[in-house]
Amino acid sequence: MGHKNQRSSSFFHFIRSWTLLEIIVGMGKSLRYFFKQKVTLNYPFEKGRLSPRFRGEHALRRYPNGEERCIACKLCEAVCPAQAITIEAEERPDGSRRTTRYDIDMVKCIYCGLCQESCPVDAIVEGPNFEFSTFTREELYYDKEKLLANGDKWEREIAENLAADAKYK
Amino acid sequence: MNNILNTLWEYALTALYISGKILLLVIPLILAIAYLTLAERRIIAYMQLRRGPNKVGPFGLLQPIADGLKLLHKETIIPTNANPILFILAPVLTFSLSLAAWAVIPLNVGVVLADINVGILYLFAISSLSVYGIIIAGWSSNSKYAFLGALRSAAQMISYEVSMGLVIISVLLCAGSLNLSKIIQAQEKLWFCVPLFPMFVVFFISILAETNRTPFDLPEAEAELVAGYHVEYSSLAFALFFLGEYANMILLSAMTTILFFGGWLPPLDIVPFTWIPGYIWFILKICFFLFVFIWVRATLPRYRYDQLMHIGWKVFLPFSLVWVVLTAGVLLFTGWGPHGS
Repeated sequence: MGHKNQRSSSFFHFIRSWTLLEIIVGMGKSLRYFFKQKVTLNYPFEKGRLSPRFRGEHALRRYPNGEERCIACKLCEAVCPAQAITIEAEERPDGSRRTTRYDIDMVKCIYCGLCQESCPVDAIVEGPNFEFSTFTREELYYDKEKLLANGDKWEREIAENLAADAKYK
Repeated sequence: MNNILNTLWEYALTALYISGKILLLVIPLILAIAYLTLAERRIIAYMQLRRGPNKVGPFGLLQPIADGLKLLHKETIIPTNANPILFILAPVLTFSLSLAAWAVIPLNVGVVLADINVGILYLFAISSLSVYGIIIAGWSSNSKYAFLGALRSAAQMISYEVSMGLVIISVLLCAGSLNLSKIIQAQEKLWFCVPLFPMFVVFFISILAETNRTPFDLPEAEAELVAGYHVEYSSLAFALFFLGEYANMILLSAMTTILFFGGWLPPLDIVPFTWIPGYIWFILKICFFLFVFIWVRATLPRYRYDQLMHIGWKVFLPFSLVWVVLTAGVLLFTGWGPHGS
């Protein structure tokens, strides 16, 4: 039985290899793929979907009345594993505690998101922007002004993302 | 005196006329080679569900020019241990040989640079000579990878030329001439790919090996030999190898078209097909075979070296020998073969 099977299978093997059957089947497959929908995104014009939790470029947010949220509790500075955040604080004339300096070294930052986790007032967040490459290293040392500007620029997207993710927190 | 001047003037005119004709063939050919590289990248990308280079110019059409400029700006590095004369000579040889072969390719009825009676022998000789470019490159580089690549390439090309020669003989038996135009005219009633279909398959697989293309790209197997015989080459010297390789692809596609697919002849000798000029048919057929070259590259993995030699010597050689005998026998007994001349 086994012997006979072996003989017939070697016969089929002979037929298959001499008619180039498997090569033709494979060529047909790659020709079908030739006409299929392509999966590459046409990047600068098309972009992939980002999760609401995406951790991109940092931003300092404001309250709707324009007051900055950050109260200089320095929790983010303390929790930052890369020690990329530097904060200095002072009392403002109106008696509230605010930062005079809020720097993030974006080169040191590892984008772990612990700063936004630790923030009690949702001031420092990592926004959806990931296209902030620069020509020089100096441009990546972000100060308070730049971070607040980012917050103003991305507030709509950031607020949407925070709202979308709120129920899982 | 006047006589001598006249003769000289005539010679100069003829030389100019011939060089003009050569340029008219070579410049479109070099452009075709450049765009073949783009076509290859785009087609392989499409078969892998990618888009391929589409940013430089509309549909990426300026990509080959950008690539060429990039290569020209690089430094030509000659390794310390290399033999500089041979090292420079090898790519020049490879490239000029792959262009020289085009002298005998007929593009249409009577449109050919040199309508010689041993056209097919000339083609065969030129494609055999191109092994020298590769051997010289591998040897003069004085590098282990380059040397191994050159050895593999030489062995492979010589092995597959044997079966290619036998395939050509069976075509010659049917056509009764070594002149490429006459071979095409012999296919007016029936293209040779129909009666000689197995020979066509053998021939096509052999030219894949002859041009060092996948699945027989062992001479430049990236995983083992880095880049094979041109590992030490850079800049223009590398570009010449690259162009030579692609020029050979186009040349051998043209050869397949001439031997098996009736060159400039339309597929059917009826009205809508005969309106299209012969050039267009010839170019379309070449494009089809180039597409198959790329298609095969996108589909098949690389053969092992012993498998390659096994196919060449133990399968193709006996198979094509049997077919030569069979063809000759059938032609002799039925009297279908070409008579006289």
